[in-house]
Amino acid sequence: MKNNQTPEIAIETKNLFIFYGSFAAVSEVNLKIEKQKVTAIIGPSGCGKSTLLRAFNRMNDFVPSSYVTGEVLLSGQNLYGSNIDPVEVRRRIGMVFQKPNPFPKSIYENIAWGARINGFKGNMDELVEQSLRGAALWEEVKDQLQKSAYELSGGQQQRLCIARTIAIQPDIILMDEPASALDPISTLRIEELMQELKKNYTIIIVTHNMQQAARVSDYTAMMMLEKDGSRSGTVIEFSETKKIFTNPKDKRTEDYVTGRFG
Amino acid sequence: MNPNHDHFPEGESFRQSLGRRYRTASIWQGLFFSAFLIAILSLGALLYNIIDGAFGYVAFDYKNDPSEFTSKPLDDLNKQELLDILKTNLSSGAYKKLDNEKTMEKRSRSVLYTLVLERLIQIDTKETWSMTDSILRSAEIKVEAAEKYPEAKLEFRSWLTPVFLTTPMSSKAEFAGVRTAILGSLWMVGIAILFAMPIGTGAAIYLHEYANKNFINRVIQTNINNLAGVPSIVYGMLGLAIFVRTFEPFTSGSMFGVTDTNGRTILSAGLTMGTLVLPLIIINAQEAIKAVPDSLRQAAFGVGATRWQTIWHHVLPNALPGILTGSILAVSRAIGETAPLIVVGASTFISIDPDGPFSKFTALPIQIYQWTTRAQSEFHAIAASAIIVLLALLLSLNATAVLLRNRVQRKY
Amino acid sequence: MKATLMENKNFRPLELKKKLRLGETMIQTLLFLAGFLSIFITLAIVYELGKEAWLFFGDPDVTFAKFFGTTEWSPGIGKFGIWPLVTSTLTTSFIAICVSLPLGLAAALFLSEYASPKARSTLKPILEILAGIPTVVYGYFALLFMTPLLQRIFGEGVQVYNMASAGIVMGIMILPLISSMSEDALSAVPRALREGAYAMGATKFETSIQVVLPAALSGIGAALIIGISRAVGETMIVAVAAGAGPNFTFNPFQAAETMTGHIARISGGDLSYNTIDYTSLFAIALMLFLVTLVLNLISQGIINRFRQRYE
Repeated sequence: MKNNQTPEIAIETKNLFIFYGSFAAVSEVNLKIEKQKVTAIIGPSGCGKSTLLRAFNRMNDFVPSSYVTGEVLLSGQNLYGSNIDPVEVRRRIGMVFQKPNPFPKSIYENIAWGARINGFKGNMDELVEQSLRGAALWEEVKDQLQKSAYELSGGQQQRLCIARTIAIQPDIILMDEPASALDPISTLRIEELMQELKKNYTIIIVTHNMQQAARVSDYTAMMMLEKDGSRSGTVIEFSETKKIFTNPKDKRTEDYVTGRFG
Repeated sequence: MNPNHDHFPEGESFRQSLGRRYRTASIWQGLFFSAFLIAILSLGALLYNIIDGAFGYVAFDYKNDPSEFTSKPLDDLNKQELLDILKTNLSSGAYKKLDNEKTMEKRSRSVLYTLVLERLIQIDTKETWSMTDSILRSAEIKVEAAEKYPEAKLEFRSWLTPVFLTTPMSSKAEFAGVRTAILGSLWMVGIAILFAMPIGTGAAIYLHEYANKNFINRVIQTNINNLAGVPSIVYGMLGLAIFVRTFEPFTSGSMFGVTDTNGRTILSAGLTMGTLVLPLIIINAQEAIKAVPDSLRQAAFGVGATRWQTIWHHVLPNALPGILTGSILAVSRAIGETAPLIVVGASTFISIDPDGPFSKFTALPIQIYQWTTRAQSEFHAIAASAIIVLLALLLSLNATAVLLRNRVQRKY
Repeated sequence: MKATLMENKNFRPLELKKKLRLGETMIQTLLFLAGFLSIFITLAIVYELGKEAWLFFGDPDVTFAKFFGTTEWSPGIGKFGIWPLVTSTLTTSFIAICVSLPLGLAAALFLSEYASPKARSTLKPILEILAGIPTVVYGYFALLFMTPLLQRIFGEGVQVYNMASAGIVMGIMILPLISSMSEDALSAVPRALREGAYAMGATKFETSIQVVLPAALSGIGAALIIGISRAVGETMIVAVAAGAGPNFTFNPFQAAETMTGHIARISGGDLSYNTIDYTSLFAIALMLFLVTLVLNLISQGIINRFRQRYE
């Protein structure tokens, strides 16, 4: 299991702080996310997991008073550098949200749209089929591609959202509690899908479900509010998932993963 | 790994296409902004057009020269001298009629001065110019007027004057005022609001505090929303059929011994307008009542109050500013409505102040309509002045509503 | 002694039975009547308009064939072709929508997607002023500003009273309505949908136009329908500026009287009851009422469905 080569890094944060106004929601995060692995971010609610995840593709830009200090490096480039276009960042780093949010368009258009705006020149039908296969949805919808995406079940909608994300060929896929609004069977399918996807993509997933983190991820970052009472979240431990769940270094991590956290 | 990977533009070519996307976006954004700008410009043009019409040069002529009546310049005459001129030159019947309307001795100097101009010297307006023309082409206008009307005097005048507000209707634009129209509007709106506010508030209370979600209440709610969208002229037809015609004994006052009118009275107009604003008042009152926090009701019920006690002592006092705001907005709607008044039968020429609900009446928007559709430009000038009066009235009503609303917002 | 006192204290008659509260019942009844009055008003409109319209259509001279088959309207002399009033109503309303829909929608997009919250709170009241101006004032504006402007642009072919001027000004009047309803629809689109689009590398503009706008389309449709209903029922602008006399034409530069303008002109004169002129006005008013009622109901239905979808 152990790899002697130095692992390839997909994305890395250096001394990252995320502020809302004068309030630091997340402070001092240093993470190295490995390529083609699933990295889970866990922690109690309100500790800034989603905020950190959204910092990876600059979705926090839409919160008027928010800003970051420090660096998020994608192949050496700081995503928050002055000459970086957030639109280009998001085209490289896709995102799947907590609640499925397909567009009010047909299944086909949901996938084709992102590709089209990003200047896709190839065979669209092929791309749609590939993406739907990639999201394990093709067999279920291949005969009804023109149907509204809203007619799909919640689990199908979430897989459609994954399909439209992989259609634009991102390097990294961010998933913000992607199964929290789904039933157990749909959740299982999403989890299986992640194992499939990590062959091609780097995945970062936020989850509040310990078992899910243990099942799907290779690495786990444990987040917690800082002890100083500042209500600011930070990563207190980051290592292989196995280690986090069997042999955590930090006492707080141990309390949390064993359910003693209160 | 993926055959389609090559079909996405990468690096420099992606950056170029992104640049194109941004350029398209900024063009469209500019268009959106211009649409908004056009709306604002229209508003500006409208207001400017009105002010432009209410001031400017007038070329006018005296039909009878002032020297026929007095040796002194007209402006130097005092009240008594003016009175004497009127006495000697008006026919005794005409003088008596004026005296009956209001004792001549009690009238002010400026009123008498106007009477001399109106009845004896008789101004004849030749041409009017807009404010912009008057300012920008002042010299040309002077030449033009001197050529076209060698006899006439040229004067820069404001058609909107204090006298305009206080004189009644006249068939001559130069002497017409909006006094009767303003009074008519106020009477009409007063009746409308007395009729619609209690009923509208009651309906809103019923719908929000009593009604359960059954069929009939859903129908009532839908119906109210639809009534709010019925064209105002249809309300006019309803008023004509019901208030003017069917209820004639009541609305004409013949039931109460008033004679010499038919059903085309202020009362009919007020009730028609009340019907028109009723849905508006209900909808606004519902909003106001909805805004009263539920905890207040629960607290009242908790100490054993009945439903009506809860409403009367807790819900209504807290919703009152909102209900008042809604009613003021309804008033400003009613004050500007014209079509129903035409149908219900506002008179166009009324020079006597309305003295009760059974009077014939005219109203501000009716005057504006009448004067606008006249061909002579001096009538357009007084239409513009009347519009300024109407807009000022609306502005002060809305300012009151906004102040009230802000007070409410501070409270919660 | 002490024991009996305690017993007394504890013995309070407990009466939870329903009492008849006469006052409460009366008040509730009164309030219900106030609510029910609105239904009564609708019934009265239908009854009164229907009654007179029935008299009109019951007149032996008025036949279905004449009403829909001829193109001259002058009930006083036995001409009962409704078309001239309908065509001018359609023409002015169409022009009004052509002005107000694109402008209103674009203004709504600007306000909801681009203007900062601060700018929005100062700019929106300006549109509200436009909505609060009485229509007779718009009539003045149409006749004394828009018509001369059109005459200057298009030359002598533009008559003093014309449908184009009335229609354009009516469009300006309806613009704030369409813009504010569209803006409501646009801002009701859930944030998740925007975020979904941004996360796929869409620009703000692509998100607004290709995701938010289609999602708000039904709400915008409702605004459009309300706008049409408002234009069809608007009276004063057309009464002042569109012309006084039925004229069977679609030429916007010609004078032609609309249904509402006709009612206003005829009823403004000396109108005696029980004449064909009188009943004919009610027939027209009934048509107006039914058309606007249907439009309003459709619009409301759309809005209700739109709300359910995003709640």
